[in-house]
Amino acid sequence: MLTEKKLAPARSMSLAQLASRFRELGIAAFILVLAALVSLRAPAFLSVDNFRDILLNISILVIVALGQMMVIITRGIDLSVSSMIGLTAMMVSSMLVLFPWLPMPAAILLGLALGATLGAFNGLIIAVGNVPPIIATLGTMSIYRGMVFFYSQGSWVNASDMPEGFRRLAKASPFGVPNLILFAVAVLLLVAFFLRLTRAGRDIYAVGSNPDAARFAGIRAQRVIFTVYVLSGLLAGLAGVLWASRFEAAQTNTAFGFELQTVAAPVVGGVNIFGGSGGVIGVVLGAFLLGVIENSLTLVKISPFWQLAAQGLLILLAVVFDAAVLRRMQKRGS
Amino acid sequence: MSDAAPVIEARGLSKAFGGVHALRDVRLAARAGEVLALLGENGAGKSTLIKIITGVYQPDAGEILLDGRPARFTDTRAALDQGVAAIYQEPSLFPDLDVAENIFVGRQPIRAGRVDWRTMYEEAGALLRRLGVRLDPRIKARELSVAQMQMVEIARAISVNARVLIMDEPTSSLTQGEVEELFVIVRQLRDSGAAIIFISHRLEELFALADRVTVLRDGAYVDTRPLAGVTTEDLIRLMVGRDLAELFPKQHVAAGELALEVEGLGLPGRFSDVSFELRRGEIVGMAGLVGAGRTEVAEALFGVMPAASGHIRIDGHEVTVSGPEQAMALGIGYVPEDRKQHGLVLAMSIAQNITLPTLRRFARMGWLSGAAERRSAAEDATRLEVKMSSLDQPASQLSGGNQQKVVLAKWLSTNPQVLILDEPTRGIDVGTKAAVHQLMSQLAAEGIAILMISSELPEILGMSDRILVMREGQISGRFSRAEATQERLMAAATGTG
Repeated sequence: MLTEKKLAPARSMSLAQLASRFRELGIAAFILVLAALVSLRAPAFLSVDNFRDILLNISILVIVALGQMMVIITRGIDLSVSSMIGLTAMMVSSMLVLFPWLPMPAAILLGLALGATLGAFNGLIIAVGNVPPIIATLGTMSIYRGMVFFYSQGSWVNASDMPEGFRRLAKASPFGVPNLILFAVAVLLLVAFFLRLTRAGRDIYAVGSNPDAARFAGIRAQRVIFTVYVLSGLLAGLAGVLWASRFEAAQTNTAFGFELQTVAAPVVGGVNIFGGSGGVIGVVLGAFLLGVIENSLTLVKISPFWQLAAQGLLILLAVVFDAAVLRRMQKRGS
Repeated sequence: MSDAAPVIEARGLSKAFGGVHALRDVRLAARAGEVLALLGENGAGKSTLIKIITGVYQPDAGEILLDGRPARFTDTRAALDQGVAAIYQEPSLFPDLDVAENIFVGRQPIRAGRVDWRTMYEEAGALLRRLGVRLDPRIKARELSVAQMQMVEIARAISVNARVLIMDEPTSSLTQGEVEELFVIVRQLRDSGAAIIFISHRLEELFALADRVTVLRDGAYVDTRPLAGVTTEDLIRLMVGRDLAELFPKQHVAAGELALEVEGLGLPGRFSDVSFELRRGEIVGMAGLVGAGRTEVAEALFGVMPAASGHIRIDGHEVTVSGPEQAMALGIGYVPEDRKQHGLVLAMSIAQNITLPTLRRFARMGWLSGAAERRSAAEDATRLEVKMSSLDQPASQLSGGNQQKVVLAKWLSTNPQVLILDEPTRGIDVGTKAAVHQLMSQLAAEGIAILMISSELPEILGMSDRILVMREGQISGRFSRAEATQERLMAAATGTG
């Protein structure tokens, strides 16, 4: 019997692989088709400037979505990212108003530390308190947003209050490419390296793929889950600093509703919402697709309300596709 | 060898969960180079015992000795590091990770601070070759067959140089041939000096493999004996604590009228040209290897996945079964193979599970009458002697045997005339098994026609009036109770006759 079955996997394996490859190729193809169509109506779409605009627009999304991806791989979700961005943006900006001499690396570290702390609180509730992630982060999303109001007493930090150095942090391009894009690329490489080449990174996949088995294999699942929320917070903290710098403002509603996009990018990019699989390339493609859609709808002058609808439709398509592929694979496997 | 000091020894282990004693003063000792069978009914404490030995649980009292020295395993990792590995009953592979990573998960080879994938694939390949398994280490675990998964788990255990390997029912979902291959590997490991603790409900397997047997009952230690010179009856007596008159209480029932006729049933890619008949009062066994198409035939009869061609006649009337609801209306009941996936809604209560297929009966203008529902469920549960604290207990809290009884109760409540049972006693203990067999016999005597799919040949031989064997989607053998032997059935199932 064994000999009979030894032959089987080769075929179904290629099917499964095809499905996951097809996903990334599919998004890439979809982006190209969309780009071709849009450039017919609005030739400006194909300019270098516009391309840089798109990359600038999705850089923060990529950073946060990578954290979200790690959370989703463990079968979780972090809805509080938008509020963490808002809170770090507000607190770091206010700090810089009070102490304009603070060097930029210190501002970034402050954002990272603040984000990690907020993330650690999420992680504690979820990993130690055993609260379902969607509930825990729904709660902290409101709490952290409330803290923005409480901290700022409803007032905003405006461009004129910000030190020059801070306003240039995201936008300056000393290396020929805007810093913001470089930040995103750096985070991307670090996360890719972490997930592929460290045990802690592999543990994230293991815990998401089969939590019970992870325990039997001696992986401290609680710790892994705690870690992904800290990382998600950490990246949201970095995003908060960059957000304030890029838009030269910190408002009480900064990044309000942004959590949806951070979920959309990984899910559209093939990160399985049921956990266990997904990678950075998919997240980047997913974010890029969202960015292209937003950009092109603006260029061809379609109402921004359609953007939301288009984004929602994409998420649904992606999830339905995932479920269908999974079902097929399981049928073959059994 | 037999006088050697034990590699691993447990003494006076006790463990309670919320006031319920799962283990009381249990001991066990396994020596290097032996296979120790661990035997007991479901709920006897076997799983708790091995989970303590491997560090999943901490004992309330007692100690574990490794090479005669006290050892404390604070978690599975600590146990693994000291060479105590286990293959658990629950599937413990990671479907999204590949074979190599499944073997080395949590212990991936590191070079220069990074996971060294090349070394990992090489070592995984070497391990699999050592086990004589041809398997690409880059395949995702999701793609493996059950037998292949087992091999990967064994490879994982060997990769930690396990000196103590615990196998919790590794054969429950393997076919006879796969079991043989597994045993070859287990013997290899034993001969290389590992102590193996082997759990199985199939007694004949224990005789084929194990040197000694330790028996548990109700969370307590009963006895340890060499298997040579012990009979099946002895073991059952030790496990159950009383004499089991018969594990297979088949009553002779004169076959009645035709209840079900199947003619030329086919579904492309699944099965073809399947013809047989079932008479009232008959139990027809359906044997064959996993994947031979038995479950598919059952699902076609029940309308889960209707056949593409052929005829089905019930009480002589031609019918087409297009869905389970219709099958039930026609008097067909189907107890599926996988209790947890198809048979039960684990989160729902026992009462709700039992009345699930017959809910309509208790509904008046769309509103359920709770009292009537409970009365009917209580009747069915009592009839099957389901051991439960109340009808409101969630099905997930029941033992495997009792879950199976609830599934049976659920289908009996539909008053089936034709009952299809798919692996009715897989993974349940001897006591419950006997009870299920008793019930089948009784149902047949009441005039129900039963089709029993089973991979356990003793069960097929013990319970069937007639036996059908399937191979590669076709019926490859038909035997009467008198002419059937284990060898003949295997020959028909494998096509080597």
